[in-house]
Amino acid sequence: MGKIIVGLKRVIDYNVRVRVRPDGSGVETDGVKMSINPFDEIALEEALRIKEQGNADEVIVLSIGASESQQQLRTGLAMGADRAILVETSTNLDPLSITKVFQKIITQENPNLVILGKQAIDNDNNQTGQMLAALLEWPQATFASKISFSDGKAQVTREVDTGLETIEVTMPAIITADLRLNEPRYVKLPDIMKAKKKPLEIIAFEEFGITPKNTINILNTEPPEQRQKGIMVDNVTALIEELENKGLV
Amino acid sequence: MNKILVIAEHNGTDINGSTNKCVTCADNIPESEIDVVVFSQKGAALASQAAKIDGVNKVIIIDSDFNEHNLAAIIAPQIVCVAEDYSHIFGPSTTFGKDLMPRVAALMNTNQISDIMGVMNARSFRRPTYAGNAILTVEVIESEKIIATIRTASFAAAGNDNNADIDNVTLDIQLPDHTKFISLQSGKSDRPDLQTAKKVVSGGRALASEENFKIIYDLADSLGAGAGASRAAVDAGYVPNEMQVGQTGKIIAPDLYIAIGISGAIQHLTGIKDAGTIVAINKDEDAPIFEVADIGLVGDLFKVIPELQAALEK
Repeated sequence: MGKIIVGLKRVIDYNVRVRVRPDGSGVETDGVKMSINPFDEIALEEALRIKEQGNADEVIVLSIGASESQQQLRTGLAMGADRAILVETSTNLDPLSITKVFQKIITQENPNLVILGKQAIDNDNNQTGQMLAALLEWPQATFASKISFSDGKAQVTREVDTGLETIEVTMPAIITADLRLNEPRYVKLPDIMKAKKKPLEIIAFEEFGITPKNTINILNTEPPEQRQKGIMVDNVTALIEELENKGLV
Repeated sequence: MNKILVIAEHNGTDINGSTNKCVTCADNIPESEIDVVVFSQKGAALASQAAKIDGVNKVIIIDSDFNEHNLAAIIAPQIVCVAEDYSHIFGPSTTFGKDLMPRVAALMNTNQISDIMGVMNARSFRRPTYAGNAILTVEVIESEKIIATIRTASFAAAGNDNNADIDNVTLDIQLPDHTKFISLQSGKSDRPDLQTAKKVVSGGRALASEENFKIIYDLADSLGAGAGASRAAVDAGYVPNEMQVGQTGKIIAPDLYIAIGISGAIQHLTGIKDAGTIVAINKDEDAPIFEVADIGLVGDLFKVIPELQAALEK
């Protein structure tokens, strides 16, 4: 029993076609639909299920970012989280600084488990969970597709390149969620109304006394090189002829 | 002089080709000296393999019972012990490297670059974001160590004609016991490894069942190809997770990629855009896969594939 902290990041929605700004300064975000990072939604769903199964008694959602992240936290509360914390900052923090904020909150809240998405679909970094485990000197179970508990430990099945690896970690632990861990629930209207009354605490990033460590500068952002559309063939004979011409069969 | 340390990936028996690709990336950095470190249990044979990789100056082997399984929490602190003399520390952008390298970076109180796809100079690199829809050029400030994962599909594998020195190193270090390996469940397959295969045949949701995937495997076997799948096919339970190609699966760059019954979601295309030739077979002529395919064929895969198979076996 105990608390679970889940990280929720506000990102450009999964279905939006991302466009790079012509001046190379980043991607277009004006008027673009924003959502909870899909992997974080899976992390939250898992935390809620763990609580529903009686293996936790409180689920806290935490976001670090601009004031607008309150929308995603409210969605998290509507899904079933008990309370929310926003660490507000208008600057784009580096992953290590984000991790240090998590570390401070975790030290205050003393959770038994922290579940994060394995990566955010904006910067595709796939770092925060691993960094957090390092700073806290906790075990990490990344890319989780199944979680169970026995003897006060977590057994986690991980999606790795060679198949499914199962490890056992002591608690407290950091787990990062992969796609097949679960299918997140839909939020119902009454839950949205209820979520408005749940506590959402806002703390200014500056209060943590963390100096951002901007060790990596972004010099430019550009669209990828596009593959050119090739030819269409009418039948298998023509396909094999093309492949033979290229020396591929 | 840039001193680069590459963390070898292996399965206890063989060095993974991802290591050769990291060495190639490191070799693209001017004035570099490249060492490879192997964390293993009785890994002398692994060290000998690593010493053959072209461009490697020296192999460091750290043999310990702790290193029987590739656990990030165990390996990361050991990397920190040997990292001091190096300006760059590289690991592959495979699940092994992605699990490990951020832990190393945080222990060293610095940030990490994920998925290097190109080297601009010793401190500046290109990397994909937004599922490959926005490519960043980043630069690590002076004074900071460069810790990174290398997008293996972006680099050719270094050859194996070298004979580098091997250093046995023993570390005096307390390692945590909070993480225990239980099991690895791996689909047994004699087909080429997806990430290094020259040819790959992949199937999608249109295959409609686990049984029907046999025609994908048969075609792969007659081509000597690896077999892959779209996320939809994995989610539907037709094939195991390790076959998934795409943003959250494997990023691959074979000479020939044949996509069968795969519509071509952006997340899947991210995983194959470095392929030499992409062939798409789909019954929907409007499928997005045809926008990136070099050769497209509109047709019912259950008719086309047996026909293709028969023609190839002639």
